[in-house]
Amino acid sequence: MTTVPSRQAIGASGLRKAYGGKVVLDGIDINVAEGTIFSLLGPNGAGKTTAVQILSTLIRPDAGQARVAGHDLLREAQDVRRAIGVTGQFSAVDKLLTGEENMLLMADLNQLGRKEGRRRVAALLERFELSEAARQSPVTYSGGMKRRLDLAMTLVGDPRIIFLDEPTTGLDPRSRRTMWEIITELVADGTTIFLTTQYLEEADRLADRIAVLDGGTIVAEGTSAELKRLIPGGHIRLSFAEPAGLDKAAAVFDGASRDDESLTLTVPGDGRIETLKHVLATLDGAAISVDGLTVHQPDLDDVFFALTGHTATPEKEDRR
Amino acid sequence: MSAVTDTTTMLRRNVKHSVRYAAMTVSGLLLPVLMMLMFVYIFGGAMGPALAAGSGGISYVDYLAPGILVMAVGAGSASTAVSVAVDMNEGIIARFRTMAIARTSVITGQVIGSTARTLISLLLVVAVAFAVGFRPNAGPVEWLAAVGLLVLLILAFTWLSVAFGLVVKSAEGANMASFPMQFLPLVSSAFIAPALMSDGIRWFAEYQPFTPIIDTLRGLLLGLPIGNSGYLALAWCLALNLLGFLWARAAFNRDPGR
Repeated sequence: MTTVPSRQAIGASGLRKAYGGKVVLDGIDINVAEGTIFSLLGPNGAGKTTAVQILSTLIRPDAGQARVAGHDLLREAQDVRRAIGVTGQFSAVDKLLTGEENMLLMADLNQLGRKEGRRRVAALLERFELSEAARQSPVTYSGGMKRRLDLAMTLVGDPRIIFLDEPTTGLDPRSRRTMWEIITELVADGTTIFLTTQYLEEADRLADRIAVLDGGTIVAEGTSAELKRLIPGGHIRLSFAEPAGLDKAAAVFDGASRDDESLTLTVPGDGRIETLKHVLATLDGAAISVDGLTVHQPDLDDVFFALTGHTATPEKEDRR
Repeated sequence: MSAVTDTTTMLRRNVKHSVRYAAMTVSGLLLPVLMMLMFVYIFGGAMGPALAAGSGGISYVDYLAPGILVMAVGAGSASTAVSVAVDMNEGIIARFRTMAIARTSVITGQVIGSTARTLISLLLVVAVAFAVGFRPNAGPVEWLAAVGLLVLLILAFTWLSVAFGLVVKSAEGANMASFPMQFLPLVSSAFIAPALMSDGIRWFAEYQPFTPIIDTLRGLLLGLPIGNSGYLALAWCLALNLLGFLWARAAFNRDPGR
């Protein structure tokens, strides 16, 4: 991982955007060093896509400034566009063209010239395992293939900064892993990556720095390790058949929080097996009979609960 | 220059779409021809004699052909509006907007592609018209003037259709929006002389843009007096071009946020 930021790829301050009175982004600051992966983490509706749309020159912010690849976002939009590539959450391929024609279209629009264009397109199709399907319409592609074609099209122009808006949302675990490998390779070549995701695991695995976006504001920012220090390390939930059991257990576990209505006790823990063993041994020693036990690993909800005091659950319903 | 190469690239994309969407392209090309045949063989028998009596013995095919040409332009613009609306919903347009390309090349490519398609359908109409008895007496200059006016009209309608397609954002809406361009020729001098219409309709027919355009075409092709229809036709076409172009450009450059 990069430790010393060399130069700034993206620097934004006070970005604001509202749609008809509904504030989507409420003044966010973003700094991304060249050659690193920056992840904007948040649930649906947090404003991630809007941030990408603004930084990739697709829409204008209501307020705030930004420099991308050393160029002013608003005054030198065309220079910014020359340096960036965008792969959005929704497929940006032409369904009436074949995969290869889509790629060649990008080559033409990047003014690559016929020979160089064909060479680069063939190489990218090969690298993304799309050569066989190159002459078919993307309509026939699987979700993972569509996403790979989308990214391959972005790479035709050899961008220095790539925006990936939820690149793995809706993909099966294997396609997700492939996408992660591709992203890791890209950054190894010196490309800067701006990644949005709703998966804690993805940000954790890929990003050098993570910013947590909630309701249009950044509620925390730092490395994965720094953020994890803010998050409680999961918990073990014990449920009891009768109040007497809950009373006894509550007396043995320090720092546990009890819920008298559901007869449960939540014991904080770090999710390690040793901790679980310790809890079981303690219960055994005190001769408390437990009705049920669940181990809860920290996830995005915990991040949110810790950072914002509310969960991301309402938005969870329309996750795709 | 990148504006030119980008427009060429977009035009190539547009042509490929026409080929892939063959059904729509072919029906767009054939519709005006069918209209022509229908009016000549089904309604022509009834309308022809009345018309000939009022206009000094022109055959109905001769009278009809210029109107059908203009209708073909209207039909072409409907398919343009629909294809633009469908295209704008594709994610690839957002991609184009984040690329360093000449911004208007996306719509300019559409306009040139549509204009070419409509011109092909006009060629078909003229060919079929000749086959069923159309006998214009225009010389090269008149033909050139007629083609020039038609191209101007096509461009005007295409820019307007592109604007419609950009604004409405759905295929159904685009079809609705281009309805006037398909419907108005029916209430013009395309099929029957306005003099033969009832009072209210006649007034409307005489003052709407299609009548002077059709009259000018007819005058050029059949060697009939044009009068001030020529200036009116030119003025309408230029005004619609300007309006369509400005509107389409504004609609495309508008903030595409949801």
